Amino acid sequence: MILDAKIPEGPIEEKWDAWLDAHRMIGPGNRPGRRVIVVGTGLAGASASASLAALGYRVDAFCFQDSARRAHSIAAQGGINAAKDYASEGDSIRRLFVDTIKGGDFRAREANVWRLAQLSANIIDQAVAQGVPFNREYSGELATRSFGGVLVQRTFYARGQTGQQLLLGAYSALQAQVAAGRAHVHNRHEMLDVVIVDGRARGIIARNLVTGEIERHVADAVVLASGGYSNVFYLSTNAMGSNVTATWKAHKRGALFANPCFTQIHPTCIPQTGEYQSKLTLMSESLRNDGRVWVPRDPNETRDPNDIPEEDRYYFLEERYPSFGNLVPRDIASRAVKAVCDEGLGVGPVKRGVYLDFRDAIARQGREAIAARYGNLFDMYRRITAVDPYHEPMQIYPAPHYTMGGLWVDYELQTTIPGLFAIGEANFSDHGANRLGASAMMQCLADGYFIVPRTVTNYMATLDGSVSPDEPAFAQTEREVVERIERLMGIGGRTAPQVFHRQLGQIMLDKCGMSRNAEGLQEAMREIAAVREAFWSDLFIDGRADELNPSLEYAGRLADFLELAELMCLDALRREESCGGHFREEHQTEDGEALRDDEHFAKVTAWAHTEDGRPVPHDEPLVFNEVALATRSYK
Amino acid sequence: MREFWSSSIGKKIAVGISGAILVAYLVLHMVGNLNALYGAGDGDARVDDYAHWLREFGEPLLPHAFVLWVVRVVLLCALVVHVTGIVQLRRRAAAARGPHKAKPIGRSLASRTMVVTGVLVLAFVVFHILQFTTLTIDVTPLREGAVYANLYWAFQKWYFVLIYVLGVCAIAFHLRHGIWSAAQTLGYVRPNRDRAIRSAATWGSIVIAAGFLSIPVCFWTGVLGAPA
Amino acid sequence: MRFTLEVWTQASRDEEGHFERYDVDGIDPDASFLEMLDELNARLAAEGKRTIAFDSDCREGICGMCSLTIDGQPHGPNQVTTCQTFMRDFEDGATIRVEPFRSGAFPVVRDLVTDRSALDRIVQAGGYVTTKTGPKPDPNAAPVPPAVQQKVMDAAACIGCGACVAACPNGAAMLFTGAKVTHFNLLPQGQPERASRARSLVLAMDAEGFGGCTNYGECARVCPQEIPLDVIGMLNREYRRGARREDDTVGTRT
Repeated sequence: MILDAKIPEGPIEEKWDAWLDAHRMIGPGNRPGRRVIVVGTGLAGASASASLAALGYRVDAFCFQDSARRAHSIAAQGGINAAKDYASEGDSIRRLFVDTIKGGDFRAREANVWRLAQLSANIIDQAVAQGVPFNREYSGELATRSFGGVLVQRTFYARGQTGQQLLLGAYSALQAQVAAGRAHVHNRHEMLDVVIVDGRARGIIARNLVTGEIERHVADAVVLASGGYSNVFYLSTNAMGSNVTATWKAHKRGALFANPCFTQIHPTCIPQTGEYQSKLTLMSESLRNDGRVWVPRDPNETRDPNDIPEEDRYYFLEERYPSFGNLVPRDIASRAVKAVCDEGLGVGPVKRGVYLDFRDAIARQGREAIAARYGNLFDMYRRITAVDPYHEPMQIYPAPHYTMGGLWVDYELQTTIPGLFAIGEANFSDHGANRLGASAMMQCLADGYFIVPRTVTNYMATLDGSVSPDEPAFAQTEREVVERIERLMGIGGRTAPQVFHRQLGQIMLDKCGMSRNAEGLQEAMREIAAVREAFWSDLFIDGRADELNPSLEYAGRLADFLELAELMCLDALRREESCGGHFREEHQTEDGEALRDDEHFAKVTAWAHTEDGRPVPHDEPLVFNEVALATRSYK
Repeated sequence: MREFWSSSIGKKIAVGISGAILVAYLVLHMVGNLNALYGAGDGDARVDDYAHWLREFGEPLLPHAFVLWVVRVVLLCALVVHVTGIVQLRRRAAAARGPHKAKPIGRSLASRTMVVTGVLVLAFVVFHILQFTTLTIDVTPLREGAVYANLYWAFQKWYFVLIYVLGVCAIAFHLRHGIWSAAQTLGYVRPNRDRAIRSAATWGSIVIAAGFLSIPVCFWTGVLGAPA
Repeated sequence: MRFTLEVWTQASRDEEGHFERYDVDGIDPDASFLEMLDELNARLAAEGKRTIAFDSDCREGICGMCSLTIDGQPHGPNQVTTCQTFMRDFEDGATIRVEPFRSGAFPVVRDLVTDRSALDRIVQAGGYVTTKTGPKPDPNAAPVPPAVQQKVMDAAACIGCGACVAACPNGAAMLFTGAKVTHFNLLPQGQPERASRARSLVLAMDAEGFGGCTNYGECARVCPQEIPLDVIGMLNREYRRGARREDDTVGTRT
């Protein structure tokens, strides 16, 4: 298959405008007759739903939570980038574009990233108009700060709750459309399949999680905004319910899945302390602005951290990366932390942790200054660990946090199934092999507010006629969904889903996590297959299928993770290079840095599902006309 | 107006305003009663004059006891609004809450006992009117117009003193939460005034209670002597 | 650590519920309350028994999904969400009573899971600035003084968990609604709809069957986001303001 990204001709600055000028439209009178399904109500889903409904389409939005407001975008802390240059530093669209391309280690599509940078300023304007309370200066003007090791202050924020405030902005815009009768939110509903009629996405099959009813929903276009798949690692910073089911089902119906091995492991999370633990909590990356990362030089160190003298402390980020020090990008910091723990230098009960120490910062700037900057984060850390970071260094360890991979989409954010769109973290498009801080929310909202409403319109303008939920394709897909639920319920084994999930997570973290090698990946694939087999023969689900059944929901999601995991390993195996979050041990420089292979792998790998279960890769070459390919160096 | 009364906040505002009217009356009543502290005089107690003056107020422009009756009608209306509003809000709250009651987490005793103190106050007021206004509860011989003498003889009985002490305490308790609550409902409480309004509510209730209680206590303890 | 749990068990909305007793031991003191329930569920599943249904999602205190009443107190003893409540906060060997959020407006779906969509419907009545996606003025054209910004942010921090309702003896949603009105009515962008917003929201709040406020203040004592009681004063003020302008259209927003 030749992957046509449909990138408009012309200079990069003019591509999006040219596309807008040429796209097909639908008259206001005809819009109420058009229906769009949006799966997921996070930043991308809620903003897309609100914008599409405001245009006049009938929108059906789905979320598995009890309210659209609870999607996991709400947990994003740090901020959102925008090329507004409010700080008067000479920032520009091009600079944001270049930073994002470089940050992604040259594995993202230039035209998409440019458009993202171009729309970034509009997002801030839109959010403020909705009443999003970004932090402001004493003058009452919007405040910005620097974030994630870039050289400008282009990050807008709302205390440590930027995601919450932006999501509530999009959520409230969606609620306004619900009040107007144009949008309908189906909460406690989970999409279990996409329905294809004559090669086009024409609806979904969803399960009402309260009654267990299987429902058919018809549409002219389906937009997936269902987020990422970090929960394949069992422990991640994602919400308990975050899952890959929507995108995975789409993949199995023909949508290509791109770069599944590109995952981001965030360096500053609270380490795991025991088996019982259900999730990992992220501590904002901003802590690395003042905290120093170290481990004891002696692997058998028993002293209290405060009693360890300077010469016995190994400030490994500062020693290895003198110019960026503790502020190196996420992928590099995470890998360095893992490396020292692998050498046995880790701290904490299971020796998987490093110190993040504010002693020097407090001595230099005073407790007040540090409290003003990080007070709420320190409180959060103390609440969770019962350790006071003002007096004792924090312990941190990397945790799966974000997935750059996702459904392959073209410039119009359309997957390889016509009528099926993917936005936000669910698609693969803008972050390459590593996402820069404060750019996830930017992408979600650019996709949802400004891009997909146009491209869905463009698509629907070519459609004629609508389909009925009585079409054979709906009946057939529904039957398959029901059969699968019956199969899950009927396994009759003795092991709860969580047990398999833990096993899967351990395999993925060990062998397809922060560093990977061919042998480990092959082993992982065998082990995953074994877990999958055990899952399908020994699973126990209590309760019934026709009631609220959290165990059944969990099992269904896990079944999809068990398939995706293998594809991730396959993709990691095929990508014989190290780039961004993907680090192949076979491909590193002498001093252990990532070694890219631009000649062979400056491309997107998009996988097609096949009937015999053997995924087939298709490549989309990446061309870099605006930014010269170069090795990232943070030394 | 209908929307206002039927909405929960509108009704509460009505309850707050009617409560405020009742409190305002209480203050005036208390200040007026303090005339009793001037004592029996020489067969011409000041409080008797005061009672007389109340009835003659506005004459001859207004009919006899006109102002007094206007006040009584206003008070009765306020009371009806206050009680009706509360009864309806209570019903609404019971339905809203459902069968599982809310455990007290930090709410004050005064706020938790508003209904109890409210009913006690109402009962006390009825008793008080039957005793000193309509002179119906005529245990100690009561005479119309002889306010000081009536008070004196009534408060020689320990059980009347006790009833008044309890009644006034109930009022004070009701006001302690009621004054702040009304201020909050009417939107006057702001973060910088919250403390002030809370202590005003506490001290206001104490002062009103002390003012009222000074009379039975002074009669009971003999500070105020027998009428001439 | 060892605990005896009395957990509310209810098969569905229409069925009667009751308390079921469970004994759990070997619980790590650093486990969160929800992880303790996970552990209990895992053991129930291992014995082939029915597990306990409860809501949770982000498990970092921001999504507002968890909704347990622990020993009579919404979310638990510490004024943080249940997911941020840890077993070390309880006595070893304690008997702990676990119920769903209690309110007539939050019907139980199953066990500890409730339906809180009434809060969404309050927002639908006007808890937003009506604006379409499109070109907007520059944000700095309408500066917001820091003092106002502070109040707005304090109110906007609401996570919509509904603990305020569950703690209120009157089943009122005043803290939630007050937070919405405070957030939008203080901002320059919220001014055009200011007069009608409070009225619309209060009408919706009443229509959902929430109770009235009698200023117990319990809502603010359990709010994990520490929304101040002042937002209720603000709601009262704004309602009065709005009520004076009865000719405004309410409930007919498009």
